[in-house]
Amino acid sequence: MKYQSVFDIIGPVMVGPSSSHTAGAARIGRAARLIFGLQPTWATVHLYGSFAKTYRGHGTDLAIAGGLLGYDTDDDRIRFALETAEKHNMKIEFIEDTAATEHPNTARIKLGTDDSSMELVGISIGGGKVEITELNGFELRMSGNKPAILIMHNDRFGAIASVTQILAKHEINIAHMEVSRKDVGKDALMVIETDQNVEDDVMQVLEKASHINRVSRLIN
Amino acid sequence: MFRNVAELLEQANADSISISEVMIRQEMDIHQRSREEVMGQMERNLQIMEEAVERGLKGVTSHSGLTGNDAVLLQQYMAKGNTLSGHLLLDAVSKAVATNEVNAAMGMICATPTAGSAGCVPGALFAVKERLNPTREQMIRFLFTAGAFGFVVANNASISGAEGGCQAEVGSAAAMASAAVVEMAGGTPEQSSEAFAITLKNMLGLVCDPVAGLVEVPCIKRNAAGASNAIVSADMALAGITSRIPCDEVIGAMYRIGKSMPSALRETAEGGLAATPTGRRLADMIYGITKGKE
Repeated sequence: MKYQSVFDIIGPVMVGPSSSHTAGAARIGRAARLIFGLQPTWATVHLYGSFAKTYRGHGTDLAIAGGLLGYDTDDDRIRFALETAEKHNMKIEFIEDTAATEHPNTARIKLGTDDSSMELVGISIGGGKVEITELNGFELRMSGNKPAILIMHNDRFGAIASVTQILAKHEINIAHMEVSRKDVGKDALMVIETDQNVEDDVMQVLEKASHINRVSRLIN
Repeated sequence: MFRNVAELLEQANADSISISEVMIRQEMDIHQRSREEVMGQMERNLQIMEEAVERGLKGVTSHSGLTGNDAVLLQQYMAKGNTLSGHLLLDAVSKAVATNEVNAAMGMICATPTAGSAGCVPGALFAVKERLNPTREQMIRFLFTAGAFGFVVANNASISGAEGGCQAEVGSAAAMASAAVVEMAGGTPEQSSEAFAITLKNMLGLVCDPVAGLVEVPCIKRNAAGASNAIVSADMALAGITSRIPCDEVIGAMYRIGKSMPSALRETAEGGLAATPTGRRLADMIYGITKGKE
């Protein structure tokens, strides 16, 4: 079932005016920021469907910018997020994309710094709830409101086992796990939603595990 | 986990507990949280709703200038004591409007189940409160009951206007409020589900056609209609009236109606009221340009 908590229905507490177009948008932006791990200096945001048609009216641009600055849905500063982004030298461009998408409220965020970049697709499914459906070309399904770790690794024997062993050793329970890869033996992505936040020390151990290229996380 | 209203009622009846209690226990169970934590989080939501109503009743104007201050007009009108629809109903309407006016002004609200439909549940709650004098705990339980029904709708149909039209948002919100009013008034779980079904039936087919894409026109007045619909249907259910179509089937109908709605009527601001001459003129005025019309 898509919705697991009564607080998905009564909640979130949020800055208006739209749970899908404002709160959901902020959560997609925030997920992108958290997964990227640092404040980007630029972002290009493609908006599709209803997002594209009505984003200015709903403050979707403010919300995504707020999310990229790390704001949550109930952060009053969302209202001034575009100005704040400018002050922080973060260049954000919004593009009304007419391409057809599966979900009416879809955003594709490309972001980065001078050194690295990332691309993420999020959908806002209603009531402020979101799903991250794509990361750097990998398909996935992640709610964005549970702690999660994302692990870029090489598709090799034992890569997954080494990760799950580390988590087990630190008593972190896996709620949902997905693995996808571009081709046999090539780049692969593990997405692990957990019941507990993954602390810094565990992250460091994970980064050193064999066949692991990059680890990022989403803290609840 | 209950998957539909039938299972929700089954669980309530099997343990002889209220719907709010089923929802509280499920939340504790699935998310491994204590009763205090779960009740505490809901109390914070209640607090936010209370503050939004208070703020709205003092008068706010949206950023676009399209909406605001209607909650104040209603309260002033009620104060004269000569209303046609009666104090409680108009109180619900004014508090629903207050909430959505604050939302339109990018103020802080609690989505119930969405921001655009955030007025129905608090509108009904804070109006009925004056009549029933509930404890704080009963007010928190009101939100769990509303949430239990919303949970079923969200998992079996939709609570998104972009997916299912306004019936999925204000329709769901009004029906959730209605079920919660029944429990607070001492009705049975069955009567809550009847109230839910009656309210949602009366909201079926409602399209999402916001002028200029803003959550203002007609959203704010739709919440007024939702809150009053909730209270009238609650009274009908408490009188013993039942819905000929069972609750879960009404939810199924809502889902299918939403699926067959054209995209122009699902939060794209391309059809309905948004596409009227005045709707387009307002959009032009707000954005200072004509979007994709030339």
